[in-house]
Amino acid sequence: MGSIVNFEFGGTFPVTDSALRELADDPSSRKRFFKMLGGAGAVSAATVFLAACGDDDDESASSPKPAAEDGKADAKDNTSDLEILNYALTLEFLEAEFYRGVIDSGIVKDQKVVSLAKKFGSTEQEHVDALTATIEKLGGKPVAKPKTNFGPTLDKGLKAVLEAAADVENLGAAAYLGQAGSIKNKEVLAAALAIHSVEARHAAALNTLVGRGFGSGKGGLKGALPDGAFAKPMDMKAVLNAVQPFLA
Amino acid sequence: MAQSRLVAPELATIKVHGMTRESFLLRSTLAGAAAFGTLSATGLITKAFAASGGGDVDILNYALTLEHLETEFYVQAAKRVKGLSDYESRLTKELRDNESEHVDALTATIKQLGGKPAAKPMFDFGGAFGSRATYLKTANTLEDTGVSAYNGAAPMIKSGEVLGAAGGIVQVEARHAAMIRLVRNKPPAPNAFDKASDMDEVLKAVKPFIAA
Repeated sequence: MGSIVNFEFGGTFPVTDSALRELADDPSSRKRFFKMLGGAGAVSAATVFLAACGDDDDESASSPKPAAEDGKADAKDNTSDLEILNYALTLEFLEAEFYRGVIDSGIVKDQKVVSLAKKFGSTEQEHVDALTATIEKLGGKPVAKPKTNFGPTLDKGLKAVLEAAADVENLGAAAYLGQAGSIKNKEVLAAALAIHSVEARHAAALNTLVGRGFGSGKGGLKGALPDGAFAKPMDMKAVLNAVQPFLA
Repeated sequence: MAQSRLVAPELATIKVHGMTRESFLLRSTLAGAAAFGTLSATGLITKAFAASGGGDVDILNYALTLEHLETEFYVQAAKRVKGLSDYESRLTKELRDNESEHVDALTATIKQLGGKPAAKPMFDFGGAFGSRATYLKTANTLEDTGVSAYNGAAPMIKSGEVLGAAGGIVQVEARHAAMIRLVRNKPPAPNAFDKASDMDEVLKAVKPFIAA
């Protein structure tokens, strides 16, 4: 599909998360942001850090408290969000490691594709960092990086590698979608949504790159728009089963 | 989350028939049956309504208005834009059909929730279809705006079912955005975290296309 899509991304990409971190680290920025949040209904990935910092003025920012002091429902809510965040973290670890493995293997020769893989990989690492920080600040314990094994996939050659990347991104998008309705904390939800649509962009780009064209993959993860006009979610069990081949 | 937080005074100046100012919220939803294929739409909607009260209908109407905008944009583009490659022509039609399905799903959902679907506004896309480049650039803007609008409004959806359906739509909008960006030789996913726009920002972006 090289004749259709010409990867000319030209070097640098905007880096925006430094602003998020600044916001997270600066109490006055946090206050301003909460004001904006309340005033305009604006939400952003940054708010996950804000929530994690536990502003007592905003009850939607669920700061971690000892279970004994917390209402039972609240403690439970926090627990389920942490489980979802750790699940997401596991998938992001996998994605980041995959791109790292692909780049290190040298299997990709086309510098435009290398550039794309590096960009996607660094984005997944940003997701890892953001999720890790959020879990810690919500009082949870981030899961360990899973042991991965991409050797068999890498051995199959460039096409199989890019198809696997597309599959993993499609899985990631479907995984986030599968959890959206279960996330209790609105700031965590906003952050998950901000990541979800990025996974979708990656998936569509890679699907296009490997020549999958549009939809039509009824029931399967095929096509840049595999489910047509309405993306389908996947539950945790199905996703974890699907990534088993990449785990050592 | 209180609806009043979403009110933007500028909305009162826009003639979007059948849409209240407060309805201008997130875009998204219910493709119940479509997004959750195995469930019956009726059951899903009944549950969604019970859980959400009236607020989600406003959000759905906000989404519906944006989907009308996107649908009309691609309907006109498919007829008017010259110089598209075969791939770009097929992409245009695919996106048009997707957006049209979103309109239908949102309309049906709003009705089944007991709400009144916002009327389709009159749109004027100016010189957007004058060339391949201006068309694709405008499409890029609309799709990115769509993603940020859904991401901004989705956390305010009360019903988990409606939220899931909205998520199923925003994921498709994000895929559209990436595909349009690729044909423009732009990075498909420029940021690690997609932007979430509030209604003011979305309004500013689409205002030029809504005819008085």
